[in-house]
Amino acid sequence: MGRLNVNGQERVLEDVDAATPLLWVLRDYFGLVGTKFGCGGGYCGACTVHLNGKPIRSCATPFSSVDGQSITTIEGLAAIDGALHPLQEAWVAHDVPQCGYCQAGQLMSAAALLARIPSPSDTDIDTAMSGNLCRCGTYSRIRAAIHDAAEAMQADGGEV
Amino acid sequence: MKALERLARDPNIRAAIHDAEADSNAVWQKLNRRTFLKLTGLAGGGLTLAACISSGPAAVTDEQPGDFAPNAFISIAPDGSVLIYSKSPEIGQGIKTSAPMIVAEELDADWADVRVEQASINPDVYGRQSAGGSRSIASAWDQLREAGATARAMLVNAAAESWGVAVDECTTAASFVMHEPTGRRLSYGELAGQAAKLRVPDKSTLTFKSRDDYGLIGKRISGVDNEKIVTGKPLFGIDQTLPGMLYASYSKCPATGGRVRDANLDEIRALPGIRDAFVLEGNDIVSELMPGVAIVGDSTWATQSARARLRIDWDESDASTDSWSDLAEQAAALSNKQGATVMREFGNVDEAFTNAEQMLDAFYSYPFVSHAPLEPQNCTAWYHDGDMEIWAPTQRPDRAKDNVANVLGISKDRVTLYQLRVGGGFGRRLMNDYTCEAAAIARKVGAPVKLQWTREDDMAHDFYRPGGFHALQASLDSNGKLSAWQDHFITFTHDGNKPVPSGEIRDGEVPEGLIDNYKLSQSLLPLGTPTGPWRAPRSNAIAFAVQSFMHELSNAAGRDHVEFLLELMGEPRWLDPGNARVLNTGRAAAVIKLAAEMAGWGQQLPAGRGLGLAFYFSHAGHFAEIADVSVDSDRKITVHRVVVAGDVGPIINMSGAENQCQGAVIDGLSTMLGLEVTMENGRVQESNFHQYPLMRMRNSPTVDVQFIQSDFAPTGLGEPALPPLAPAICNAIYNATGHRVRTLPLSKEGYSV
Ligand code: FES
Ligand code: FES
Repeated sequence: MGRLNVNGQERVLEDVDAATPLLWVLRDYFGLVGTKFGCGGGYCGACTVHLNGKPIRSCATPFSSVDGQSITTIEGLAAIDGALHPLQEAWVAHDVPQCGYCQAGQLMSAAALLARIPSPSDTDIDTAMSGNLCRCGTYSRIRAAIHDAAEAMQADGGEV
Repeated sequence: MKALERLARDPNIRAAIHDAEADSNAVWQKLNRRTFLKLTGLAGGGLTLAACISSGPAAVTDEQPGDFAPNAFISIAPDGSVLIYSKSPEIGQGIKTSAPMIVAEELDADWADVRVEQASINPDVYGRQSAGGSRSIASAWDQLREAGATARAMLVNAAAESWGVAVDECTTAASFVMHEPTGRRLSYGELAGQAAKLRVPDKSTLTFKSRDDYGLIGKRISGVDNEKIVTGKPLFGIDQTLPGMLYASYSKCPATGGRVRDANLDEIRALPGIRDAFVLEGNDIVSELMPGVAIVGDSTWATQSARARLRIDWDESDASTDSWSDLAEQAAALSNKQGATVMREFGNVDEAFTNAEQMLDAFYSYPFVSHAPLEPQNCTAWYHDGDMEIWAPTQRPDRAKDNVANVLGISKDRVTLYQLRVGGGFGRRLMNDYTCEAAAIARKVGAPVKLQWTREDDMAHDFYRPGGFHALQASLDSNGKLSAWQDHFITFTHDGNKPVPSGEIRDGEVPEGLIDNYKLSQSLLPLGTPTGPWRAPRSNAIAFAVQSFMHELSNAAGRDHVEFLLELMGEPRWLDPGNARVLNTGRAAAVIKLAAEMAGWGQQLPAGRGLGLAFYFSHAGHFAEIADVSVDSDRKITVHRVVVAGDVGPIINMSGAENQCQGAVIDGLSTMLGLEVTMENGRVQESNFHQYPLMRMRNSPTVDVQFIQSDFAPTGLGEPALPPLAPAICNAIYNATGHRVRTLPLSKEGYSV
């Protein structure tokens, strides 16, 4: 049996193989399909979620290794009242997605970056985001959207 | 050899390219509402299946009685909301936004009122419904404009009737009909009920906006699914779920064509979370169903972890034995021989060579590459009551229904397919092998099943962009002008006669038609590896050889490359007037000049830094690109900037259009830098992104895009910005260092980023 707090909700797992990656627990057991499968090997970042606020690759994290801890997924990035995170707003404003498949992972990596460095430089962004592949090549829009979101958050008093 | 014959008679691969590149809208007819409902099954509150879907993005309609739905694209509700159906698969090319923009423009709807849904798959109603060949806009342009203009005319008629005024006194804007003389106005929602009772006007009576009147077309519009994407809502194929759904994996022989001799099925069936494991024999069609072992279980992980214990004894007597290193050696040995077959010859190449002031020759080669869309292949299928229902991320949905019907031996009308968003296409999902596998597994299991490929499956079982080799020769006359061109193209074959799919040089491929003395010959090497269309098929690779060699020529002539290419284009002329798929030298010259201006061509750059220019015409798009590249003494390269100048006629969605060009540049750069698929003993050696390193953000350059919005009818943008990128980079490397790259990927010649 395992227990996880996902997006502020307590979840219990019974009769699930302890080696099951968090990715598949989220997708197949909790129906949270926003977190994506791209490679299963920690290379692409499509499966990025937050573990206690830090970005991790959920495909390479057995759920039993994070038992009892707090997970945030793309479904939990917006505020409880549904207000979008400034990054989500910037993503829409910049029309970042092409196929869109990588973008949940990109957003989770970006959100962790801004929580750590509120006004990141291009180099900060490149470093923090280089674990996330975008096969469609939306990198320059991602960079621009992160800068915009950072500014919007600064103007709002730095609230994340 | 059996492995080659199998691919030679595959009915789908070549057809995929043909379909993708054909403007087959012939079946589109203007249908009245009753026929439309009959054909789509939308009457009576939509597809009954809606009730069965626990979550997920299946395409269903929520049309209500009283809505105004004059054709299969538009439904306007009394509350004023405008529903527009998008008929083509969305694969990242932005069609789900741009196509409805065309409808909304002619409808004169306020974009804020518009909601877009994926249309049902029904080519009898919609005409072409596939995503390939950069054709989605070009082939639907008139159809979409008609759909919008028809609805607008009916709303105007309804308003004029209710006011008792003349139709031509009424105008429309932002979802309203206005009667200016009296200042009256009615919203489209208010008019919906009345408009629904009117006759659909004849096409010949419709009026269309002129380009100057466009208010929406050409604007920057954010993608219609963006809010769902950024909040993680179910949308993609992989997100589909059904009540009682099981999960499946499918293991095929790593060498294409191997059969299952034996497998430890009993051991697999006994593993926790596993419901069944069985062998499928398949129908021996690589693009449909090949032999393998299916494992069905309670979760994706259960099937994947059971698979790690699966032992299959393969019979490889009919399987591919390809070796890339052998093939490359054979090709090199042919490079200084004549081509086996002369494919095309114009003028007199030999005479021009004899009279040449200067002769150049060079041998260019490029590798096989994989599509590697970020969403691995997947499909959900449910067989019940003799009907097969499919939820698929596919580029070619109607063909998928044919494939599934063929594999299962059922009639096509028992197959229903729901189109889901595609997490990257690039041509891979013009083939529907994964769809057939899901269907075959689901029929055996008798419950809804989601088949999920791993990344390793995806790399091992692609329809790859074929590698190729060009032994080029050309001459310059005493004016430094290109006088003759000869290409001995060494490519691959399955049947011994034709090149493999996407491994040919078609009529009119640049520079054919531009040089008086031109000769193309071809030699074929046998291949058992499947190939297929990859973003800008053929051109994506040929452009590298052709446009790099062009630069070798202008250098040898001591001439400026812009000037050399402009001379090659000559007088502005359309090589086949009226045919959008054929080069127009005037449009070509214009984009070359624009790129030069954008890049500051001719400026002095520090040592080790250079600008490189290349032009290409493919998929009806004229594109010139200039790369600004530095190379250090360790051959580490930095791409500072790439400028893209393109002409595809009027731009529909400026935001989407720029995104496509930027993406094409990144894709081209990523591929040329370090991507290569190699085969040994019929097996692809690269298994995941550590061995197939797609480019990451830190190496992605600034890409500036400008369009010449000419008055030609609009054509697509998913592909034509890609081909010029590789030669532009290689020409820049040459200008920076004096080193000519003739083999891709760049990593093979010691370059890194
Ligand atoms: S799916 Fe986890 S890193 Fe790729
Ligand atoms: S938008 Fe397609 S992978 Fe990033």
